[in-house]
Amino acid sequence: MLTGRLVSGLVYLAGRVCLSQGSAGSGAMGPVEAAIRTKLEQALSPEVLELRNESGGHAVPPGSETHFRVAVVSSRFEGLSPLQRHRLVHTALAEELAGPVHALAIQARTPAQWRENPELDTSPPCLGGSKKTRGTP
Amino acid sequence: MSGSLRRAAAALLRWGRGAGGGGFWVPGVRAAGSGAGGGGSAEQLDALVKKDKVVVFLKGTPEQPQCGFSNAVVQILRLHGARDYAAYNVLDDPELRQGIKDYSNWPTIPQVYLNGEFVGGCDILLQMHQNGDLVEELKKLGIHSALLDEKKDQDSK
Repeated sequence: MLTGRLVSGLVYLAGRVCLSQGSAGSGAMGPVEAAIRTKLEQALSPEVLELRNESGGHAVPPGSETHFRVAVVSSRFEGLSPLQRHRLVHTALAEELAGPVHALAIQARTPAQWRENPELDTSPPCLGGSKKTRGTP
Repeated sequence: MSGSLRRAAAALLRWGRGAGGGGFWVPGVRAAGSGAGGGGSAEQLDALVKKDKVVVFLKGTPEQPQCGFSNAVVQILRLHGARDYAAYNVLDDPELRQGIKDYSNWPTIPQVYLNGEFVGGCDILLQMHQNGDLVEELKKLGIHSALLDEKKDQDSK
């Protein structure tokens, strides 16, 4: 299910981006999305977890679960640098990142930071990647 | 600072056409491509990231990025007027592509190194750009961000 809100940043999207509907078409969450959600919940006990499958906006087959954007709001991030926060997320999702997940955009915020700006951003448009090595992260 | 930075960030968020749009060749940028020389070893990569003050690993080149996230890094550096940075295209070299991920213990591209130190990917660079940290970090490297001049113009009005 597409959980991210369509933010006003839509107006910024230009060119040939197509906003990913992810698995929203069928209404079912794919297994990778489900795994990401579960692992982040276990590792970080987030207050807010917004996850969007953005694969539809990239040069991969329909139904892919390769490109994600996640906003994780957790008090466990207090006192940690952005790099440390991202590494925590990576550690929780090590299997997925070594496997199917090719791109992961992360917004890692403390509860106070999230309250200032409670939006899941939008990712930049795909520029084609490497068609020769499609599917290889 | 926040006014001009916000405008710059907003412009960036329009995810400009990137260097592929033509005419964005920045003098001084070395699109070193596979100049890493079949490089995947930790020693080689260590030398590579320390060779220049600003080093980025991209999909594509600054002139023609092949990934929106890599393009974002290129655009941010362009906004700051950082001209003389080393850019390596991982799409040219599978060993480099995997090697740099192992080296930094970071699973994705793009990767940004300042003064030989891994700083993060696109998200972190964007954050640093928006909160003013990038201007400071570039200053420490002796690089005067173009956005400071924009701010001066603003202040003097």
